[in-house]
Amino acid sequence: MDLNEQQIERYSRQIILEEVGGAGQKKLLSSKVLIVGAGGLGAPAALYLAAGGIGEIGFVDYDKVDLTNLQRQIIHHTSDIGTEKVDSAKAKIQAINPDVTVQTYQARVTAENISEIIRKYDFVIDGTDNFSSKFLINDACYFEKKAFSHAGILRFDGQLITVLPGETTCYRCIFHSPPPAGVVPSCSEAGVLGVLAGVIGLLQATEAIKFLLGIGELLTNALLVYNALETSFHRVKLNRNPNCPLCGENPQITELKDEEQVVCNFKDSK
Amino acid sequence: MKLVVNGEQIDYGDSLTVSELLVEQKVKMPDMVSVELNGQILRRTEFEQTALKNDDKVEFLYFMGGGRGSE
Repeated sequence: MDLNEQQIERYSRQIILEEVGGAGQKKLLSSKVLIVGAGGLGAPAALYLAAGGIGEIGFVDYDKVDLTNLQRQIIHHTSDIGTEKVDSAKAKIQAINPDVTVQTYQARVTAENISEIIRKYDFVIDGTDNFSSKFLINDACYFEKKAFSHAGILRFDGQLITVLPGETTCYRCIFHSPPPAGVVPSCSEAGVLGVLAGVIGLLQATEAIKFLLGIGELLTNALLVYNALETSFHRVKLNRNPNCPLCGENPQITELKDEEQVVCNFKDSK
Repeated sequence: MKLVVNGEQIDYGDSLTVSELLVEQKVKMPDMVSVELNGQILRRTEFEQTALKNDDKVEFLYFMGGGRGSE
């Protein structure tokens, strides 16, 4: 596949970069990225990946656009309230860049469906907001050997790590299993400054592009922790954990299983 | 005793364990924290008996979901 004139013009500002060039742009146009969760993290990631000419973007989400989403989920507009998130996201991507093919999966990821969904993609972005999905994505990417970016945001903090399964530190190396239900901060206590989703989601998109182009150094074996109030980035170096239940020396997890949904404990929210 | 906690140097007069450091550092929900000591993630069951030594590097790593807290 050769770049046509329109494409050479559209992507000129990044083709000009020695590390990208025409060859790199072609690589991006033939790459596939899956975004799990068309929400806060997934929205900015998807918009920039589409603008930059990622050939195929997949969205997985079961939810509809809600008024409370709009403060940070910038792929959805006021007029989208009530529509399926995957459809709303697809429409924006197509408006930004017709070069991009969009695949939608209107579903919640489960142990049953996730392997088949992620299989054809080159890179996976975890943009989910709950721990059961985060552990499931980590495990599924391990069994399918898919590189992925994990991230989380809360209040004024955000963090992310890139995982090359079987080679670098995984989410379970750091966090063995989901936190016990009773200790998770209740929904009413939580909350997040909208821009956090942008900062962290775009770092995830950057990792995806670097991985696809094979340039730079990936954020592997290190968790990058951002605090918006201090404007600080703290990079915590991590080694693979020999006691990791998934990729350690004596793995206890040998097949995909759904973790229990950790639900908000409204009784404790005072 | 000098420790480096989350990249910041802190002086403690007495020796203390990881559990005691969590209290000293006012970590409200220890169940939401993973602890890395000198590059190795500790098992939760090791917090209580692991005594910290001079120049140890400790990182507290917090569970973070999404803007909704957790579903």
